[in-house]
Amino acid sequence: MKLKVQLACVAITLFMGAPLYLITLAALSSRRSLNEFPLSLLPTSLSGETMSTFLQSTGILGGLLNSLTIGLSTVALSLLIGLPAGYAMARYAFRGRDPYQLALLLTRALPIVVLSVPLARIFLDTGLYDTTYGVTLLHTALALPTTILITSAIFLGVSREQEEAAMIFGASPLAAFVRVVVPQALPGIAASAMFTFVLSWNEVLGASILTLNRRTLPAQVLATLADSPLAFRFAGGLALVVPALIFIAVARRYLLNMWGTTLR
Amino acid sequence: MAAVTVTNLVKTYPSGNRRATDDISLDVADGEFVVLVGPSGCGKTTLLRMVAGLETPDSGTVSIGGRDVTRLPARERGLSMVFQSYAIFPHLKVRQNIGFGLTMQKVGKAEWNTRVERAAELLDLTDYLDRHPAQLSGGQRQRVAVARAIAVDADVLLMDEPLSNLDALLRLQFRAELKKIVARLGTTTLYVTHDQAEAMSLGDRVAVMRDGRIAQIGAPMDVYDHPGERFVGGFLGAPPMNFFTATVHHGNLVVDDQSVPAPASLAAWNDKKVLAGIRAENITITPITQDRAQEGVEAEVEVAEPTGSAILLTVRWAGGELKVQTGPGVRVAPGDRLRLDLPAAALRFYDPETGLALA
Repeated sequence: MKLKVQLACVAITLFMGAPLYLITLAALSSRRSLNEFPLSLLPTSLSGETMSTFLQSTGILGGLLNSLTIGLSTVALSLLIGLPAGYAMARYAFRGRDPYQLALLLTRALPIVVLSVPLARIFLDTGLYDTTYGVTLLHTALALPTTILITSAIFLGVSREQEEAAMIFGASPLAAFVRVVVPQALPGIAASAMFTFVLSWNEVLGASILTLNRRTLPAQVLATLADSPLAFRFAGGLALVVPALIFIAVARRYLLNMWGTTLR
Repeated sequence: MAAVTVTNLVKTYPSGNRRATDDISLDVADGEFVVLVGPSGCGKTTLLRMVAGLETPDSGTVSIGGRDVTRLPARERGLSMVFQSYAIFPHLKVRQNIGFGLTMQKVGKAEWNTRVERAAELLDLTDYLDRHPAQLSGGQRQRVAVARAIAVDADVLLMDEPLSNLDALLRLQFRAELKKIVARLGTTTLYVTHDQAEAMSLGDRVAVMRDGRIAQIGAPMDVYDHPGERFVGGFLGAPPMNFFTATVHHGNLVVDDQSVPAPASLAAWNDKKVLAGIRAENITITPITQDRAQEGVEAEVEVAEPTGSAILLTVRWAGGELKVQTGPGVRVAPGDRLRLDLPAAALRFYDPETGLALA
């Protein structure tokens, strides 16, 4: 039984890890070695040439910057709006609670293209077109349902009595929330932040429609690299994967329970 | 230190169709320990939560130390509380948990440390100050909750079934300890429990609640000995008070062909039915002898349960079933016939309709 579990773990790790390894290898190898046969699976001819050429090509660094800006702003904005909403859903039985929950999910029921085209029109009128703000707004709208649902589930896990205790001992409702609820909800908040960042980072359709010059990295890659040589596509893939991995690695620390117990 | 006065407090929950507390008034003197006890749903916790400021009453007032606090939020009422689920903060160490109230009051560092350590010492938590609550046992977590409540030196201490999550042995130990600590602090205390033994053992006064009202309030032994209504007698005590219906007839209580002398105070109830109550430990048993006229009524033993310090008998007589408590040395077996002495001084009388005590 234990062996099977371990085998399954190895298999899943390989499933996720092997493509990552191959794309890293290809992106960091010299262009010539990619055409050799048989292809070496070990880093034999490392070179930064492909990566540096890729990063120097037009629009790539700008796209990376745009993507990072939009990703982080989306995380911030969706937490700013989503946390209070999730809290309300967890704590209060208000009129229209169920329809509200349903309406939240409806945003995701519409294809992004259907959402983006009218948005592009509105953004053109309001001057938000081709700005990072515009894309941030779209991504926040896409991320909010999951943020709200995840955080409300997490808030349900913090007992009301703990908040009441905090208020008895001198905390205002806001202080009770910040000092008692948020620290305990941190793992869930981290999870939803990760999810949001990756969603924003990977979202290409809406970002392509809503921007012209201020492309996000995936939109830029999609627009330019289709006609590029193979090596550049590998470099583009690596550039897309690494920042998302770094963000997940940072947020993962908060997923682990920090107060003397093991993983929840 | 402060007295707590509750006046005509009414609260109806939106989901409930009757009042959770129905026009309750209660005075808790400065430094007094009052226990609210009653079956679940009697409104005791609602009453406590309204005093705490966690629930808003529909009408009525709560005042603490002469100050009307009915509309004040919990944090401005100068009280502290121990919750049933402990409600200690898992992300803070024991030290920060105990000092939480002091942190919120922005107490200086030196004083913060002294007061946290004093509270920890009082509850034997000194060795655990740098642990997280997850590393403590249930009993220790409850100690943290109590330490946190006393560290703030509040005027009023509220406790909502603080012992109900502990196992039986621990509960007994901690009960005595809690009584000692509270007596030493001299804080005005309002304590909610559904456990009648806890109520009897802890309170200066016990308020027995039923259906959103206080049925009776008084010193534990007074309430135990003179239940103001049938419900109170049946709720306090283990076993609860015995009740049987009897007819008053010429100075005697008559049940079928059996009779016992009735006190003179029942003269007004001649030839009427009354509900009589008697505690199990006030009934004495004697073997039946044929030759002499004996006091008391005849009964047959149905069950004999030794409890170690006593034997609890379930006997059946003309008036129904009675619980009788005898000394541990008495030898009785099911089927034995006995004479029961029901001393007039130990009998309590209630109106069979209303269940209220007869004057």
